[in-house]
Amino acid sequence: MLLVHPVRELGQAIPALIGLVLAGRAVGDGQLWWLGPLGVVVVIALSVLRWMTTRYRITPEQVQLRTGLLQRKTIATPADRVRSVDVTASALHRVLGLAKVDIGTGSHDAGSGLSLDSLTVAEAAGLRAELLHRMAIASPDTPDTPGTLGAGELGAAPATEVADPAVRETELARMDPRWVRFAPFTMSGVLGAAAILGLGSRFLDQSGFSAAEVGPIRKGLDYLERTTVWLDLLLGLVALLALVTVLSIGGYVLSYWGFRLTRHPHGSLHITRGLLTTRATSIEERRLRGVELAEPLLLRAVHAARLGGITTGLTSKGAAGGGSSLLLPPAPGAVARDVATAILRDPAPVDVALTVHGPAARRRRFSRALLSALILVVAAGVAIWWGAPRWFAVPAVLVVPIAALLAADRYRSLGHAVAGGFLVTRAGSLERRRDVLECDGIIGWNVRQTFFQRRAGLATLTATTAAGRQRYAVTDVPLSLALPLADRALPGLLGEFLVP
Amino acid sequence: MHLRDPAHLVSPRAVVYWTVRAVPLWVLVLVGESIWLWSSGDHLALRVAALVVTVLLAAAHLIVMPRWRYRVHRWELTATAVYTQSGWLSQERRIAPISRVQTVDTERGPLEQLFRLANVTVTTASAAGPLRIHGLDRAIAEDLVAELTEVTSHSRGDAT
Repeated sequence: MLLVHPVRELGQAIPALIGLVLAGRAVGDGQLWWLGPLGVVVVIALSVLRWMTTRYRITPEQVQLRTGLLQRKTIATPADRVRSVDVTASALHRVLGLAKVDIGTGSHDAGSGLSLDSLTVAEAAGLRAELLHRMAIASPDTPDTPGTLGAGELGAAPATEVADPAVRETELARMDPRWVRFAPFTMSGVLGAAAILGLGSRFLDQSGFSAAEVGPIRKGLDYLERTTVWLDLLLGLVALLALVTVLSIGGYVLSYWGFRLTRHPHGSLHITRGLLTTRATSIEERRLRGVELAEPLLLRAVHAARLGGITTGLTSKGAAGGGSSLLLPPAPGAVARDVATAILRDPAPVDVALTVHGPAARRRRFSRALLSALILVVAAGVAIWWGAPRWFAVPAVLVVPIAALLAADRYRSLGHAVAGGFLVTRAGSLERRRDVLECDGIIGWNVRQTFFQRRAGLATLTATTAAGRQRYAVTDVPLSLALPLADRALPGLLGEFLVP
Repeated sequence: MHLRDPAHLVSPRAVVYWTVRAVPLWVLVLVGESIWLWSSGDHLALRVAALVVTVLLAAAHLIVMPRWRYRVHRWELTATAVYTQSGWLSQERRIAPISRVQTVDTERGPLEQLFRLANVTVTTASAAGPLRIHGLDRAIAEDLVAELTEVTSHSRGDAT
């Protein structure tokens, strides 16, 4: 357990150490050779010292973390402010049997939470159980449970006994290895490929050798030069698809292997996942204001969906959606719906038939899509008139039917409902999402009408909330439906401003 | 069923304020076009036409936009809710319950001070929903803030 800090900090200090070694060589006639080794020793000593002087303590009122030898720092957080306890273990941690515990307080400021690195796995699990237990039933009579990251009282594990064996978790979802087949239909592989190609080309640029001089690549390029452009394009496309597929499957397995979603009877959801780096996160159910069922076009094509949570006071690190926390990785649509039902404890908001937005909304979808396609066609026409090659017209004209299809699909997605105390709204085609937001979590309405929406009698009704994306919009809904909807979802607020 | 307008208009001085605020952008565009016009000789008709169109657009914008805005920008405070309406081409109505109000701010830019105007911003726990009332008479804005502070202090809860 000693190893994690020194290894990590040596890694971080490598640039400085290289500088020291170089300086040692350059100054004098190499008499200062000892500068480099000294630097390594100092870094190791400092990190060991840091580890030895770090103590944590959990009292009924507070979670305290004390660090530093010369410059002592104490961070204390009221125990009732603890909103999330995440346990992460990287590959290095796991080899050493350690884990890192992040205690979140729901504050949006970076560094406001506590982070306890290098606890043993058992300690981390015990601490997590203890804190979650506290969160659930803020019991004032729990005795102090001091703990330490250093030697000494190490055996006095913080509260392994609180993990009450009578308290059984119910499992809501468990990853099925067959779900990996959905990985190629997500964007993660595309992003990964872009990152690899970008980094690779930059590395080649900076390292100063030309990729074309490497033997196998040289042979490949020779082959490409002998063949026609179309074949090259085809081969490139196949290679890219293969790369994207491999990367997306790899990413899926790394992130979601062993995914498990459970409900703790004390009122929290727990997620564990990860192949090499394992993560355990928890969401308090009273902070869960709803779910987002995401069905992007590609996933919809294979009847799959993702599930995210709409939570308050949870800064969602690494949640690409911005403010929604992962509840289920890409999985069969039926499973996603079942899990959503189980989480919400109500099938109504998941299964309810949505009210369609009518012909005006459909016209608006088509006019918007076709207008942008038309602009492209006109631009291509002008370009050809100015002397661009004729084939410019082909993609421009192809855009028109694609735009029409998208518009039709976007209209098909539009819908809303109020069911079981939840506002349900769905929109989007490439990124279709069904948002299910608890009506109690709505803290205001924005009714937006552009000039053209006013002429068509439509409006975009946005429910503002303190959770998730902060805004959930019912797009292009006829005003005659929007107002009763808002009134039904949050009775009383709109009433005094409504006139028949 | 429809949503009625909020009860109160903003200060009539806001019309002048909005006009003055929109002038610099048009002046910048016109100066650019004038330089282009004097710089060289060919396509003269095209450039004169562009200048004329710009002048007409600017005049229309400066005359129509502030008056349109003045008719749209409205606000109302009741015992239970704050209700605002703003915009001109795109219009937006925002309603927030008093019980969810978190902060009330007023601010006055230098130009607004000149016209004795003030903005009032009412924020809730959502990042999406601040209600802004632009172009209020300063005295009315101060009264509104006092009233809002008074009303919100009576409501309970943590407003999330």
